[in-house]
Amino acid sequence: MRAMYVACAAMMAAALVMAPRPALAQTAEQAQQLQQQIDQLKKEFGDRLAALETQLAAIQGAQGGAAPAQTAAPVQEVGQGAGLANSKIFNPDMAVIGDFLGAAGKNEVNPNPALAMHESEASFQAFVDPYARADFFLSFGEEGVGVEEGFLTFTSLPGGLLTKVGKMRAAFGKINTMHNHVLPWTDRPIVMGNLVGGEDGIDDAGISVARLIPAGPLFLEATGQVFRGDSGESLFKSSERGDLSYVGHLRAYHDISESTNLDLGASYSYGHNPAGIVKDIDLGRFTTTLFGTDVTLRWRPLRRAIYQQFVGRSEIIWSDRGQFGGRQRSMGYYASGDYQFARRWFMGGRYDRSERADNATLLDKGASATLTYWPSEFSQVRGQYRRTDYADGPAANELLFQFLFSIGAHGAHVF
Amino acid sequence: MSMKSLKLFLVLLLAAPVSALAQAKLNVAATTEDLASLAREVGGDNVTAIAFSKGYQDPHFVDPKPSFILAVSRADVFIVIGRELEIGWLPPLLSSSRNGKIQQGAKGYLDASLNVRILEIPTGQITRAMGDVHPTGNPHYWLEPGNGRRIAQAIRDKLSEVAPDNAAYFAQRYADFDTRLAAAEKRWDATMAPYKGTKLVTYHRSWPNFMERFGLEVMGYVEPKPGIPPSPSHTLELIQDMKAQGVKLIVVEPYFDLKTPQAIANQVGGGKVLVLAPSVGGAKEATDYIQLFEYDVNLLAGALKQITGK
Repeated sequence: MRAMYVACAAMMAAALVMAPRPALAQTAEQAQQLQQQIDQLKKEFGDRLAALETQLAAIQGAQGGAAPAQTAAPVQEVGQGAGLANSKIFNPDMAVIGDFLGAAGKNEVNPNPALAMHESEASFQAFVDPYARADFFLSFGEEGVGVEEGFLTFTSLPGGLLTKVGKMRAAFGKINTMHNHVLPWTDRPIVMGNLVGGEDGIDDAGISVARLIPAGPLFLEATGQVFRGDSGESLFKSSERGDLSYVGHLRAYHDISESTNLDLGASYSYGHNPAGIVKDIDLGRFTTTLFGTDVTLRWRPLRRAIYQQFVGRSEIIWSDRGQFGGRQRSMGYYASGDYQFARRWFMGGRYDRSERADNATLLDKGASATLTYWPSEFSQVRGQYRRTDYADGPAANELLFQFLFSIGAHGAHVF
Repeated sequence: MSMKSLKLFLVLLLAAPVSALAQAKLNVAATTEDLASLAREVGGDNVTAIAFSKGYQDPHFVDPKPSFILAVSRADVFIVIGRELEIGWLPPLLSSSRNGKIQQGAKGYLDASLNVRILEIPTGQITRAMGDVHPTGNPHYWLEPGNGRRIAQAIRDKLSEVAPDNAAYFAQRYADFDTRLAAAEKRWDATMAPYKGTKLVTYHRSWPNFMERFGLEVMGYVEPKPGIPPSPSHTLELIQDMKAQGVKLIVVEPYFDLKTPQAIANQVGGGKVLVLAPSVGGAKEATDYIQLFEYDVNLLAGALKQITGK
């Protein structure tokens, strides 16, 4: 045993003595190389400095010698003095948007809580690599957390294809693509709830491909999307792997003048609905087809862009839904106008009318008026008076109010 | 179609786009008119330059219209002001452009702010309680001829990198611009010389580079904090400060409301509100980068002459 210890100790000692030798030789060689590189860099740096000084002198000469001494420090790097630690530089842009919603008045059919932290949305956005960027939007509701959207966008695929992969809000019309905090109201139009899957709308895991169609000065974009087939509570539900849902969208945009533009869209969607599911078995195999058209007219005089603008918008949606007892063909629409009349003030109105997807004889109607105040571009306070005439219950008169606030990275607005 | 004519057809088909590319001008898209103007100075007949934000529009708040996406999709070179000026509208334009050539970090992308003199880089902790601060410094840096020259150099280098065949042409165009700018600068310096050290007020922090260049001192702002509209208490304070220091001039960008500045000027007594062009196209006389300064310097000197009597 003792011999073992001695042998081990001897081997370790030998290893310690022997090992550094080649390493030392290598280090010396490396040091020499480093020294050479440093000398080379010094020389290059000196040359460049000299060249810069000559240029500077030339510039000062060109300014008639009157140039103030300020030009001595012309170059400042990005990030300098900005308090950016290197370790954080690759962190995604992060922001959190809070959406606090209150309600007063009477609604016996679809009551909101009196006060609610309706939704908090956390966003994380960054480039993945030179070919793609990723966007995550997590929504924290009172019941739990959900991935509202989380997708990868390939920015430079050949053929002018803009491709997204992940979970996303489908390109069905306008309102379906919008997050709650960019809506000009505290709620979503009735037609979205009745025909397009409720608050979350068509929001599913899938693949989206969009292509620009050459049409001279007209912006024409065709989008095709394939989803797993689960959206909303009663819109799409896949019972088999092949029950995919599809969305197609065509968008045409034209600048009528520098301050006025017109945005038109046509949308289509198809998928399996849950109407035929009995005890978890899809007996009916029913499908729903949606058609939609949207029109948006915007006016924003550029010289007064921060004080005045108007957006008029309408969407009409047709639903053709298979269910026991025959297909239901329903229609609904909303029309709205929003006007900014001062730097911090917006007012708007909306009219709603929609049949229900599962019973076209039931017609809900509503009208709203909103007033919004923006303390800054990072927060807003909104009040909305809403009257809803439900097909199957007493009319509701409500006052809704909302606080929206955003912290973190400055978000960009999609047009 | 015989084999021979088929071959000829194929050759023509392949050659057509190549020859079209060789002859085509470079498409330059820029976020502001100033950058587009400098690109025209340097690029001459070999570029077509367009800008998204008009000179009379607040460049912080621009709608990323789909028509802009069309333009970006066709661009060979894309020039931005940077320093987060366009942060509210640029990202969706780039990501929906489907143009790999001009994405951030690609060969055709130029951030004009990397090579210029930036002022007001905040130090220490910054928060939104300070208003809409730009964490990497004041982005209105183009309003100084020296920076204009540096932007033009960066554009020359970028255009030469993208179209090396025309490098000599771009170099010559730049040298010509440089000479004309230097001559103009002498003129502007002479015009502004009598007013060195004069204090004034501006609406937004758009003018630090401009005022520093011509030796004027900005003593206050109509906005209480960057991007925050005027408040009564700040306005009262500003009026008192202006009275105490004998400041009479308020410089305003064309996209702001004149009501508050006018009220301040009236309160100060003998005060004057002057709308200067912050960008090319901000006034109809400001047709290009040099004319922008020609317009602003003459207008400002005229107003200062009235006020100071010099």
